[in-house]
Amino acid sequence: MALLEITDLRKSFTAPDGGKHEVVRIARFALEAKAQLALSGPSGTGKTTFLHLIAGILAPDAGRLVLDGVEMSALPESARDRLRATSIGYIFQTFNLLQGFTVLENVLLGMSFGPGADRAHAEALLRRVGLGERLNHFPRQLSTGQQQRVAVARALANRPKLVLADEPTGNLDTANARASLALIREACTENGAALLLVSHDPAVLASFESHASLAELNAASRPNGGAL
Amino acid sequence: MTLWLLVRRSLRQHLLSTIVTALAIALAGGLLMSVWAVKRQAHDTFTGQTGGWDAVLGARGSKLQIVLNSIFHLEASPGNVPWADYLDLASNRAVSLAIPIAVGDNYRGYRLVGTLTNYFTQADYAPGKKFAVAPGGDIFADGYREAVVGSFAAQRLGLKVGDEFHPYHGLNFDPNAQHQETYKVVGILEPSNTPADRVIWIPLAGLQNMSGHDPNSANDVSAVLVKLRTPVAGKSLELLYNRQGNRFTFAWPIAEQVAYLFERFGWFDQVLTLVAWLVALVATGSVLASIYNSMSARKRDLAILRALGARRGTIFGAIVFEAVAIAALGMLIGFVIYFGVVSVVAAVIRAQTGVVLNPLAWDAVLVWAPAAMIALSALAGIVPAIKAYRTNVAEGLAPES
Repeated sequence: MALLEITDLRKSFTAPDGGKHEVVRIARFALEAKAQLALSGPSGTGKTTFLHLIAGILAPDAGRLVLDGVEMSALPESARDRLRATSIGYIFQTFNLLQGFTVLENVLLGMSFGPGADRAHAEALLRRVGLGERLNHFPRQLSTGQQQRVAVARALANRPKLVLADEPTGNLDTANARASLALIREACTENGAALLLVSHDPAVLASFESHASLAELNAASRPNGGAL
Repeated sequence: MTLWLLVRRSLRQHLLSTIVTALAIALAGGLLMSVWAVKRQAHDTFTGQTGGWDAVLGARGSKLQIVLNSIFHLEASPGNVPWADYLDLASNRAVSLAIPIAVGDNYRGYRLVGTLTNYFTQADYAPGKKFAVAPGGDIFADGYREAVVGSFAAQRLGLKVGDEFHPYHGLNFDPNAQHQETYKVVGILEPSNTPADRVIWIPLAGLQNMSGHDPNSANDVSAVLVKLRTPVAGKSLELLYNRQGNRFTFAWPIAEQVAYLFERFGWFDQVLTLVAWLVALVATGSVLASIYNSMSARKRDLAILRALGARRGTIFGAIVFEAVAIAALGMLIGFVIYFGVVSVVAAVIRAQTGVVLNPLAWDAVLVWAPAAMIALSALAGIVPAIKAYRTNVAEGLAPES
């Protein structure tokens, strides 16, 4: 059984003119445990919305979304929060670190909503991403690349089964992007987590053995195969 | 741990507004506790302040005025009591001790009270407590121009044993009304925490015969302090002096007269309490405003926390806890303000009346007022907490343009 199984997933938003704007319409999608898949798509094609649906941040309008045997789409919000905290790691394009908290606290806070804060594990992860000497620094005291590494450590802190990465290299220069991508992939492999990464950067997509296009996934589920 | 960490960091991130809001709570809480404690302690202390006496006999007039004049050494005497009437009362079987006092002079604003030496040797100013003279001094001798100075008056006037002074005529200090007589300080009283501390005691005859006083009233006294053999004996004397007679007023029981004074000014208490509560409400409102105004700036952090798996309830709890933490911090400072305010008020009351309030005395308000302030702040925190509870995670996480 796949780690993530999606069937007839739909999500639309109300447009300013009052009409419905369907952003996600995916008939079938699956991701195996420990697999690494890059999902491509130009801006505005619903990549972030798709990840938010998988993470349980957004509830779908229709369809089934099963993560590790649990039908997320049928869960109430609090249960989705719990599942997100324990089973999903999320790396954002803008890192979304909490500026008022130290590097270590950022990781510990992520843990505290899941199985519980484990300081030794948090420190080990931060050392793994090369921030062992920066535990008590605040995000503003770090370079962009270092902030990205904190985000990686935080995403892996609860030993998630699935890591979602939303344009994780979008804010990095070429050298940092390459290093960061390698770190994310290695860390996921070491921790036994599957990785679903969305990007519109051809270089990033080319580095993955498996990739799919969100536009194609969306189009395939339309009766006429047309655009959204 | 998580809630505390969230709250601690948030308070630090918004340090200025945290300090300002906590100070507002501190002032309001301190004021509320001060008003309440001073009101209660003043009532209890004044109504319990009988100087060890059961009743006072004075000239026909207000009972309250007689009590204020003879027990608290405030106000003027309504008139005199002839010596024969004093003797008559002192020999009454219902009376165990009767001591006359005379007033009418001062030294630099501190009242001179003429009395007999048995005021110090026989009377208890509180159960089992007699006035004591500080080492190196003694009680004045009847018939001599000697003075025993209350501890507070001695401290304020800088008088010590061996000093000499000229009394001034009247109850208020007039530099042009100096008497010719010279009095010598022979003793300083140990503090009794009663109005007697702010009085200069001299022999009764000395005050009666002071130069310039009316020779016709040289044998009169201002009032007679009375200790009854039994508490109920006061009823018969009250009947005798207040109902059957019309020359004197028998003020009994003393505590009832002072309680009546507090009753008369009850409205003032209520206004003061209402103002204190309003200030408390405004201060807790500032908790609401302070946290609520910061919500826009925190929108992203709240969304991140939610994305990390924090439940809505956790976010709600963190905001309410933050309001509680600000109030608790404020009330800690509030205790300092309380102590400061009550100390100042106690010093003023002591200077004006001789009655001593204790700023460190236990009062239930020290528990319920902080609890009320914290509870009100928690309630105020609910409004921004609801806003935080409703945070749209996807919107909050969207990259800022």
